[in-house]
Amino acid sequence: MNDLIRRYGVTITALMCLLVAFWLVMLVVVPNITLFEQSFRPYLPVVDVGGPKDFYSLRNYAKVFDGSIERSFFGIPYMIPVHVMTFGLTIWYSIVVTVACFALAYPLAFFMAKIANPKSLPTLLLLLFIPLWVSEVLRAFAWWIILAFKGPLNALLLAIGAIDEPVRWIVGYDGVVIGLTYAYVLFMLFPIYNAISSLDTNQIEAADDLGAPWWKIHLRVVLPYAKPGIASGCVMVFMLSAGSLLVPSILGSTTSQWFTQTIDQWFKDALDWNTASAYAFILLLLCTVFVSIALKVFNVKLSDIAK
Amino acid sequence: MSAKIDLENVSCDFGSFRAVDNANVSIEPGEFFSFLGPSGCGKTTILRMISGFIDPTEGAIKIGGKDMRGQRPNQRPTALIFQNLALFPLMPVWENISFGLEVRGVDKATRRKKAEELLELVDLKGAADKMVSQLSGGQKQRVAIARALAVEPSVMLLDEPLSALDLKLRQHMRAELRAIQKRTGVTFIYITHDQGEALAMSDRIGVMSQGRIQQIANPRDIYNAPINGFVAGFVGENNIFEGKSGAVAAGMAGFDTAYGTLRARINDDAKGSALRLYVRPEHTLLSAAKAEENSIPVTVSEVSFEGAFISILCHSDDGKLIVAELRNDGSATVPDIGTKLHASFDAARAALLPDANVRG
Ligand SMILES: Nc1ncnc2c1ncn2[C@@H]1O[C@H](COP(=O)(O)OP(=O)(O)OP(=O)(O)O)[C@@H](O)[C@H]1O
Ligand SMILES: [Mg+2]
Repeated sequence: MNDLIRRYGVTITALMCLLVAFWLVMLVVVPNITLFEQSFRPYLPVVDVGGPKDFYSLRNYAKVFDGSIERSFFGIPYMIPVHVMTFGLTIWYSIVVTVACFALAYPLAFFMAKIANPKSLPTLLLLLFIPLWVSEVLRAFAWWIILAFKGPLNALLLAIGAIDEPVRWIVGYDGVVIGLTYAYVLFMLFPIYNAISSLDTNQIEAADDLGAPWWKIHLRVVLPYAKPGIASGCVMVFMLSAGSLLVPSILGSTTSQWFTQTIDQWFKDALDWNTASAYAFILLLLCTVFVSIALKVFNVKLSDIAK
Repeated sequence: MSAKIDLENVSCDFGSFRAVDNANVSIEPGEFFSFLGPSGCGKTTILRMISGFIDPTEGAIKIGGKDMRGQRPNQRPTALIFQNLALFPLMPVWENISFGLEVRGVDKATRRKKAEELLELVDLKGAADKMVSQLSGGQKQRVAIARALAVEPSVMLLDEPLSALDLKLRQHMRAELRAIQKRTGVTFIYITHDQGEALAMSDRIGVMSQGRIQQIANPRDIYNAPINGFVAGFVGENNIFEGKSGAVAAGMAGFDTAYGTLRARINDDAKGSALRLYVRPEHTLLSAAKAEENSIPVTVSEVSFEGAFISILCHSDDGKLIVAELRNDGSATVPDIGTKLHASFDAARAALLPDANVRG
């Protein structure tokens, strides 16, 4: 702080602090508090707002348990509330996306950090970044076109003889998983890349010299070292996936429903902002709890991730 | 278990840069062999070729008579100790040591037992469950040695393992390493740029400069009979005289200098090339009277007390610095500054040597 004052003078420092404070308070804290407050109040006609019917309750939160449907698990039928099921599927497929991102990002990150020629690295990074210059909406639509029943992917696979008849890709959650994986894979790549590039190459060579096969080197030397990077990548991808609205809306099929879409419907179709807020906080809270548990299970500390 | 290592016409290029040029060495089983040379002369490159991280551009490396070309590091009977040790920071000491056994599928109890044994060998009992970060520099050193010994290599390759340690510990570890080598009988190939270390520890030394091996000999011969000016200069101090060599007789030659004709040893193969006369300060004598041969009048300009010996800096009449060393055993009288004396040396202790053997 003193450093800032010395370098930029009091006026500019004060201005900077005020702007940051404004951004934090007006754009982050106030909207969240407003939504949090109204999530406990019922959705009422304007005349009743502030009237006797307007009191705090957990009724909006309880709505996730409304309207059960029947499902079966290995032949055993059971009843489950629709929204709880949507939530469960959102978490499950977010995990699938996270695992897919890891499977794609780890080899690439290792290649970039330890194998690629440092001279070709800028080109490689540029190639990875160029897709980001196009808006997320367009990229999602691009995938929609690629994965279409009569789209280029099927055409290509048919042409090279990998499949005999076109595959319906956007079915169930498949399109969503593909789209989300593509959208967030870089959030996995860079933390892992950072972690691995700080690993002393001599350690890999030492393991090699001691006779370790390549998979053992990864299992015992590289992966443990990159764990904090992997954890922060996983947290980011998981949270972004679970919270994504755009990709599930565009690449979803008739049988897929993302929890954010449910929230969106409360907001826009039902115009019930109170319930929508309650749902949003459920998502936030449970995702945070889930991530905390996962970190505990994999024995990663929050301070490790921050590095 | 130990093996013979042969380097036959080994060269290594990085692009157009030749890091190692036509190296020929035969290292005997159980030998302690050092590569000695200044930074960047290609020592690490030689070691990495032997351990299999790089393949020689030309020539062959044989271990136990078997050509190693195409053999991966994990298939060679070598264990490398890295310049920075490269211990695994996330494993406790005993897992570090037994890592090589773990990848060979040895069960945990046996591994633990073997690790304890090796810790005892390197004098580190009771450190098995510590983390690497809890160890001192010298202890890390020993863990690295134990880790390499665990896989029972025929050849240990050590890349300046003591360079990060302080002087006292370095001297202690020198003796320790030497003792471990004797106990295990493994062939050690040791790399250093510290001439004292190489002279003290090695059975034989290969002195390198700019990718070329200059001389291979035992420490005594490296110091007493260096083959060229580079070796003479790298392993010790010298008084060097410029001049022209004259008639050769019985391995001795006259050498015409600004101080008259001096006499010194000469090698048969050195004749004809540009030569200089090298004589060690401890073989340079100071006397009041003129000596019979190789005598140069000098004035004492500085006396520097070095502990075990006293270094006397003199200047000849034309300003050339000549250094003489006296043993600090009370037998010699230390001259005062400004005293006029004669510096001389025994012709058998001086040598006429060419410069370093470098690429033309
Ligand atoms: N991978 C590489 N690519 C290009 N040049 C290299 C490479 N490795 C080493 N060199 C060059 O080869 C020469 C010898 O390197 P080397 O590492 O063998 O030296 P060294 O004798 O071990 O030095 P030091 O005592 O400093 O460790 C150096 O000039 C170095 O710049
Ligand atoms: Mg080196």
